[in-house]
Amino acid sequence: MKNVKHTAMEGRGALMQSNGSPGKPSPPRTLVETRNLYKWFPIKGGLLGRTVGNVRAVDGVTLSVIRGETFGLVGESGSGKTTVARVIMKLTPATKGQVFFDGVDITREKGQSLRHHRRKMQMVFQDPYASLDPRQSVGSALTETMRINRVVETRREANRVAARLIEIVGLNPDHLARYPHEFSGGQRQRIAVARALAVNPEFVLLDEPTSSLDVSVQAQILNLLKQLQSELELTYMFISHNLSVIKHMSDRVAVMYLGRIVEVASTERLFAHPKHPYTLALLSAIPDPDPSTRDANRAVIQGDVPSPINIPPGCRFRGRCPYATQKCADEFPPYVEVEPSHWIECHYDLDLDPGELERGKTDLVPPP
Amino acid sequence: MVKAIDGIDLTVYKHELLGLVGESGCGKSVTALSIAGLLPENAQVQSGEILLDGDDLLGRSKQELRIARLTDIALVFQDPMTYLNPVISVGNQLTDAFNENLKVYRNELIEYRLSQIEAELKRNVGDRAKLQKEREKLTSLKENPSLKLGKGEGKRLSRLRAIEYLKLVQLPEPEQIMKSYPFELSGGMRQRAMIAMALIRRPKVLLADEITTALDVTVQAQILKLVQELRDKIDSAIIIITHDLGVVAQVCDRVAVMYAGNIVELATVDEMFSHPMHPYTKGLFAAIPKLHGDSKEHLESIPGSVPDLIYPPSGCRFHPRCPMAFNRCRDVKPAPVEISPGHLVWCLLYGHQ
Repeated sequence: MKNVKHTAMEGRGALMQSNGSPGKPSPPRTLVETRNLYKWFPIKGGLLGRTVGNVRAVDGVTLSVIRGETFGLVGESGSGKTTVARVIMKLTPATKGQVFFDGVDITREKGQSLRHHRRKMQMVFQDPYASLDPRQSVGSALTETMRINRVVETRREANRVAARLIEIVGLNPDHLARYPHEFSGGQRQRIAVARALAVNPEFVLLDEPTSSLDVSVQAQILNLLKQLQSELELTYMFISHNLSVIKHMSDRVAVMYLGRIVEVASTERLFAHPKHPYTLALLSAIPDPDPSTRDANRAVIQGDVPSPINIPPGCRFRGRCPYATQKCADEFPPYVEVEPSHWIECHYDLDLDPGELERGKTDLVPPP
Repeated sequence: MVKAIDGIDLTVYKHELLGLVGESGCGKSVTALSIAGLLPENAQVQSGEILLDGDDLLGRSKQELRIARLTDIALVFQDPMTYLNPVISVGNQLTDAFNENLKVYRNELIEYRLSQIEAELKRNVGDRAKLQKEREKLTSLKENPSLKLGKGEGKRLSRLRAIEYLKLVQLPEPEQIMKSYPFELSGGMRQRAMIAMALIRRPKVLLADEITTALDVTVQAQILKLVQELRDKIDSAIIIITHDLGVVAQVCDRVAVMYAGNIVELATVDEMFSHPMHPYTKGLFAAIPKLHGDSKEHLESIPGSVPDLIYPPSGCRFHPRCPMAFNRCRDVKPAPVEISPGHLVWCLLYGHQ
């Protein structure tokens, strides 16, 4: 089992052409799943250091990532995207709830069995300047990962695989002897991708992988990620605050707001027919790089995201939602399937009109 | 030596929103800092002119420049928390410039208050008799430059003006905001306060350097809308510096695309987005994933990355990454070619260079 995929990597030339998956016998369709996941960070205060409150970063997230797809997770800063990622990767323990990988509950797993699962899931972080050790050469970073996870038997084999990996991500083997500071941001992110792939993962969690890159370089990395996915049959969870990037990369998209997922649908559906008022607000807030849409009816919602410490009862978007009613304040909204595979967390199944979102804006007082 | 900007010719008009767009390290911010005379100690303008209303700013003395910065040029930066003083209330930060320079602002403050009084009288709000008395007093102050504007009176005038500007940037309960400290405001509110701080001096030029980059999209949309609404209400030229082509498309009138310290293309926004001419501009547009319409499997990308400006490429600085480059691009620095009225491109593919 151990080396199956690296043997496959040997024939990468052939893989470059093959696009379709041979359709391996797939046990559970869902690869990664969270059930009612909570992550609260306690706030200590007072003389005795008692817990005086909680930052409810992730507040009941249920999601499932299907094998072979790219699952996009989008939201504004502070919505809990990265915390979800860290809990899934077990970089931080969950407060409550479960994480399943390949049908196995890994929430309380430790030691050997955790390592076994962790090898199959890897993460690429946002900042390639912070996620690579400045004192470790690229080659050493790659081979160390392989040896720790015992995906290779010998040092020589590790070196061989490292050389292959670095070529796959579009660099050349000479680069293995260099140190991170010698690379540009885009090249570093390629190295981070190579390191994630070094252990033959099935699942790669990409947390804002292009956010610190320039657009021209971002396009290179996005293309690389798509190419690698089809060649290596990877499953991605792609986290970003950038909706156009999410749209380009994802098969399905989940929208997060204040620690909860408020809408999940296929990419086409979500972008064409958003059902949650927040999703609509988010979609129409993006400055479209097309001046002809300038005077189009753009919805600008008022206010800021509330603090995750004092989350309002009822629906947490209601303070900014132009459709909010008394019911939204009193009752927690249900999670409903409004169309097949299209879920929203809202009391209502609304026909959304961008013009309505403008309601309640403050009057402009011109100076004398 | 890093040659951050290299031969930039740019004009911006009153009431105009000019976008300066480019990737990181292309020299957008250095351009802004040079205009404002805020370059760090180790940077110097080697040559060139910066004309404000026809006067060269670079020829001015330090003291003159200080006055220019006070009255004519204002900047808003990316991260309001870095530029706001955390231990001084928003109100004091807004009125600081006036209170410290009462002599410079004497007449302006008085005139502003007079116009406020006129407006209030017209709208019939407040105590009529009291307002008229105040008007009388201020008019006599205005007509006798020898009379000193007292410190207390100056403070009162600048406070009233500050409140007006907080309303202008659509901050709710401005009196309350005046008393609050930056940490008590949200990111969007801080940025509004920064904009008010920049506008309160009625600058001729407002430089907005990545003002929405640190904000969330929904808040960014609010601020962009504000900037658009402000443009006709204030008498400034506005230069918007951003890496986001979406911001440019939605807000600006004209746009200059910068690459590695040069402007490579300059046109109106509509013209630039419908007929990009420079290979870099074309590449940049093709590299953005589209929000509308069908997404393509493959994005066009520009090979390589932005060059090191210590040793910038010879000739056209884009030639090592340019798909259209030919031999002469390595040696000849392109001169601007006017493709259509107002649309300039710095590229050897065009004209007969």
